[in-house]
Amino acid sequence: MSAIEHLPGIDNGLLRFLTCGSVDDGKSTLIGRLLYDTKTILADTLHAIARTSERRGLEAVDLSLLTDGLSAEREQGITIDVAYRYFTTGRRKYIIADAPGHEQYTRNMVTAASTANLAIILIDARKGLLTQTRRHSYLAHLVGIPHIVVAINKMDLVDYDQTTFDRIRGEYREFAATLGIGDVSFIPLSALNGDMLVDRGERLAWYSGPTLLDILENAPTAHSERDERFRFPVQYVCRPQKSGDPKLHDYRGFMGRVESGEIAVGDEVLVLPSEQRSRIKAIEIHGSSLPRAIAEQSVTLLLEDEVDVSRGDMIVRAQELTLVTRRIEAMLCWLGDTPLDPQRKYLIRQTTRETKAIIEAIDYRLDINTLQQLPAERLGMNDIARATFKLAQPLCVDAYRENRSTGAFIVIDESSNNTVGAGMIL
Amino acid sequence: MSALALQQHATLAHLDWLESEAIHILREVAGQCSNPALLFSGGKDSLVLLRLAEKAFRPGRFPFPLLNIDTGHNYTEVIDFRDLRACQLNERLIVRSVEDSMRRGTVVLKSSGESRNKHQSVTLLEAIEEFGFDCCIGGARRDEEKARAKERIFSFRDEFGQWDPKNQRPELWDLFNARVHKGENIRAFPISNWTELDVWQYIERERLALPSIYFAHRREVIRRNGLLQPVTELTPARAGDVVEELTVRFRTVGDITCTAPVESDADTVASIIEETATTTITERGETRLDDQTSEASMEQRKKEGYF
Repeated sequence: MSAIEHLPGIDNGLLRFLTCGSVDDGKSTLIGRLLYDTKTILADTLHAIARTSERRGLEAVDLSLLTDGLSAEREQGITIDVAYRYFTTGRRKYIIADAPGHEQYTRNMVTAASTANLAIILIDARKGLLTQTRRHSYLAHLVGIPHIVVAINKMDLVDYDQTTFDRIRGEYREFAATLGIGDVSFIPLSALNGDMLVDRGERLAWYSGPTLLDILENAPTAHSERDERFRFPVQYVCRPQKSGDPKLHDYRGFMGRVESGEIAVGDEVLVLPSEQRSRIKAIEIHGSSLPRAIAEQSVTLLLEDEVDVSRGDMIVRAQELTLVTRRIEAMLCWLGDTPLDPQRKYLIRQTTRETKAIIEAIDYRLDINTLQQLPAERLGMNDIARATFKLAQPLCVDAYRENRSTGAFIVIDESSNNTVGAGMIL
Repeated sequence: MSALALQQHATLAHLDWLESEAIHILREVAGQCSNPALLFSGGKDSLVLLRLAEKAFRPGRFPFPLLNIDTGHNYTEVIDFRDLRACQLNERLIVRSVEDSMRRGTVVLKSSGESRNKHQSVTLLEAIEEFGFDCCIGGARRDEEKARAKERIFSFRDEFGQWDPKNQRPELWDLFNARVHKGENIRAFPISNWTELDVWQYIERERLALPSIYFAHRREVIRRNGLLQPVTELTPARAGDVVEELTVRFRTVGDITCTAPVESDADTVASIIEETATTTITERGETRLDDQTSEASMEQRKKEGYF
């Protein structure tokens, strides 16, 4: 694959995926190898990490050095925050979210997973399923990543043994069934030697499935798989009447992004939560008119009637309502240093809407290692719980399982303004 | 938007997706912040930002002024282009200069020849305070540099403008949190997920005009530490230097004292795209004298308030 072939046809969209595994599973090596084999790493970067590897007395170039960005990470040889990497193959552009494997950084994994459409979960072939594997799989499932690829790595250290691969695959399938994870693929790898990443290599001849890159090239991107209802949270209202152009005097454009579904000129719509009805008069972007808009497209909508719409409102198709509610039940991941205090009021941001909220109940806390449900009064950093919130203002929501945009929210602590929680509406 | 297929469940091509994400980010800044500014240098990334702002807000005016921190050591082609573009768009341009900070004594150079690039942070923070900006939109990309690869799209800066890489706000889904207390601010990066190649492909698709020094031209240079140092009034040839006239172009445009051109015949956007796709050297590695100092130099500058 020469770089020049990259040029004409990057038209198969963009896939965001996540890699997770523990410190020693070879995750950084896998990413380094993927970048190296797709010729994304450029000579000076390679030269820099070769120099560092040499300085540290390593025999071969340590590709994992590519993903360690911060000085603290280089000092400690660990990954402490989500790093994003980019590559293209000629068919597709990729964004890799590299999430750390340490327990104390679970919140970073949830962060990385929130925008991913596929997760690669690394397992060390010598060690099989670990607590960490279960935790990562649960989190990937919780955050609604539709495709999971279990990469059984370090096959070179078990003599490329098929029985080992089969045994781990069997164990994982059993575990995945208990969680209800449906779409899982398994692949044997040696990230170190590059077997089954981009090239098949010669030592895994018994495996006839696709290489890792083949899986990535063919995985569906977000929104391409299911029919979704039209959701358009209004971000900003454009009223340029002061510009002096008389044509724009009555212009009221509702700016936002189609979070799901699609919309066409003439469609009957409803503005929530006020339930005002109208029709789509025009769909515009920067002066040009579009007959329709699809999921993930940022556009400006103009309505037939003069209705009162502002930031935070949601435009939906008349026959595709959301739930408008002042109470939400959700799976909540606590991210803040300060524990959740059930006495306090928090701020919830969902789509472009914000409301004050109080915790009505913590139904249970989940032990993420055993998946046991435990009673809880408070929640600390990295805790996951099922909780019920009472809201000061209504939100227009869908279940997270059905819609990752309108089913997600963050919790903000008003005293620090920090984002302290992430919620997925049930 | 021509790539939109009319079949069921159509998805966006990668450039359309990136554009749409950037527009969404810009509108979130407008929706959440009370007094934002867009950092505009006249360089290619900030010119892409301006086109994205047009897509995000036209037919309205931009809900923010353009802000440029001028080191006084910029190529006139770029400064002229900056002024022209702001004028064409009929948007307000604020220029604050490092030289004013030097006169005030808030920027002190170690030597008169020292690069003023890192001192832009001081002038930027002074401008943020002067106008009370609660958010600055910048054209930084995560593919540029290792520390940037870890920075949030909405990046929180404390009262001193500092970035704390180990204590960043969690950023989930597209739910950005731009809330700040007085004196603190947010740096928002709408093209975080773009690569250098994406930027050039977008420039081609949108037919964006650029300052002439991005295209191949003849220039006197000196070879120094593997880079080409342009011969200018600020960076004259020293005794013993061998001055060569080469055909070069700039891949990045910054302070004259720390931006090096590359040898290239590419005189059209199409030929630059071809070179970008086949290059073996990273953008900053080939052109930035200031990033070579140490493994952590960008991280250090960001902690001090840099973009």
